[in-house]
Amino acid sequence: MLELQGIHKTFNIGTVNEKKALVDLNLKINDGDFITVIGGNGAGKSTMLNIIAGVFTPEEGKITIDNDGIIDITKMPEHKRAAMIGRVFQDPMVGTAANMSIEENLALANRRGKKRGLRWNITKEEKALFREKLKMLDLNLEDRMTTKVGLLSGGQRQALTLLMASLIKPKVLLLDEHTAALDPKTASKVLNLTEEITGKDKITTVMITHNMKDAISHGNRLIMMMNGHIIYDVSGEEKKNLTVKDLLLKFEQNSDGEFANDRMLLS
Amino acid sequence: MVFFDTLLSGTNQGLLWAIMAIGVYISYRILDFADLTVEGSFATGGSTAAIVMTLCKDFVTKGSGQGILIAIVAMLIATIMGGLAGLVTGLLNTKLKIAPILAGILTMTGLYSVNMLIMGLGSGSAKSNLGLGSVGTLFTKIEDFMPIGRNWIIFIVGFLAVAAVIGMIYWFFGTELGSAMRATGNNEKMAKAQGINTQGSKILGLVLSNAFVALSGALITFQQSNSTNTMGVGSIVAGLAAIIIGEGIISGKFPFWARLLSIALGSVIYRIIISFIYLVGINAEYVKLLTAILVVVALSIPLIKDKLNKVSRKSKNGGNASTGDGDSAKEEKVATDEDVSKELGEATITQDDSSKPVEEV
Repeated sequence: MLELQGIHKTFNIGTVNEKKALVDLNLKINDGDFITVIGGNGAGKSTMLNIIAGVFTPEEGKITIDNDGIIDITKMPEHKRAAMIGRVFQDPMVGTAANMSIEENLALANRRGKKRGLRWNITKEEKALFREKLKMLDLNLEDRMTTKVGLLSGGQRQALTLLMASLIKPKVLLLDEHTAALDPKTASKVLNLTEEITGKDKITTVMITHNMKDAISHGNRLIMMMNGHIIYDVSGEEKKNLTVKDLLLKFEQNSDGEFANDRMLLS
Repeated sequence: MVFFDTLLSGTNQGLLWAIMAIGVYISYRILDFADLTVEGSFATGGSTAAIVMTLCKDFVTKGSGQGILIAIVAMLIATIMGGLAGLVTGLLNTKLKIAPILAGILTMTGLYSVNMLIMGLGSGSAKSNLGLGSVGTLFTKIEDFMPIGRNWIIFIVGFLAVAAVIGMIYWFFGTELGSAMRATGNNEKMAKAQGINTQGSKILGLVLSNAFVALSGALITFQQSNSTNTMGVGSIVAGLAAIIIGEGIISGKFPFWARLLSIALGSVIYRIIISFIYLVGINAEYVKLLTAILVVVALSIPLIKDKLNKVSRKSKNGGNASTGDGDSAKEEKVATDEDVSKELGEATITQDDSSKPVEEV
């Protein structure tokens, strides 16, 4: 379980560019949840993920995670949090080390949260394990384990990143529009892989997407964000019966409200 | 004979400087950190080695065995001092968030004074140079045992030292820590996401890099029986020259140890060229300018090659195709997602209107 309590995050404080990215954000992610997150640009979706991952520290609020007892990770540095958190980024170039081979990348991922010493960076047993895991991707990467990752396509790199993020089961897997930079066919392939991997190990997942159809068809819970808040949080049967129309309606209702509020403030 | 002597002394210089070039390779290529500390830490290595020999003069001159022992201790201390210099730059960069280049320049500038203080130890005043003529060096002491000529001794020691350094670095970058360091230099965001302490990686990398640079400085001091405050000036460019020449020798897919070997070879070639430049009678003051020009030319070769490729492709296609992708360096084809889809041989997912991705809610 991971919980965000009263999170505030503002960028460029005290300048004309001041931007309130997250305003009193509260979210409780239960174990086994697969949450899809939608919202317009600047709604705070990515900021929320980055706050969870430790890229940014909030000005206010608390982040706790259940890791053999509830611990406060608000101030924990990013690389230490990585022991509990798996991440896949929007840009396929970001998730892997291009100059290193496929197996070296996987070996790095297989030591997430562990002490790195002067042992050899990759063992025989690991190579066998990686081969097996790569087979699951069905991209013929298992025969190219010593190929530099920089020579792979965006889709292949994203699939590999997904595998790396889940190699050691994370408490939470954060997917930041990880299919947005791929062509539709590859995107759906990677999305299916996501389902497969998270489903098999019951990995708690938070997935940002711009595709409302995907947001509805994947996961057991959907949240909609706007102006740094969560404006809609739905799960179970209600979520299953959602349509894109419902979501658009919901969005319009809320933005109308926002507009009215703005007008009130101005008058 | 002059030709052969020049060749041998150039080779020797190249071997001793190769250790510095490999140090530069760690920061510049592996960590992707343009570290100028090198210019100072090279002289720190030299100064430290010289002062240790000088302070232990009585012991050193007692016998050749003692002399060699002290020389080895001197090199060890010099290496540690270089590592400390790297540590300072690393802390400036990671903890105080000072940009890499500036962090290096600051340490280098500070070291200028530190080196003079080191060389002045025991004499009461800072010195800008320290000769070892009356004390002896590692090489003169070995020569006492093996009278085969100074140059041959330097050659053997230099060769063994380079081999040992290459071996150590090859091993280290194959370990978990070394692998984490490579990832840090390659993609810091990814490294953090995989739980790598990237600040620690950078600091350790700079410590290692400057430790090797200082060791090289110590060996050069022994070779010329003299250390000066300015001996490191231009060393970063010399190191880059060695790396670039090495990359020219072997380009493409080669194991890591071959890459390291190529740097050593690059350094030797570079120093041989310099030695012959001296032999021809070109003024020593011009050598640094020549080196700078050489490095600029070498660095611009990929760009020039690219331009030439475009021109030749254009002329081949009758001048109307202009799709030079500028990636002549890549030998293996970068896969596209089209290929992947083909590989998968999967049926296309049909999408009706309602399933169209709705962008920008």
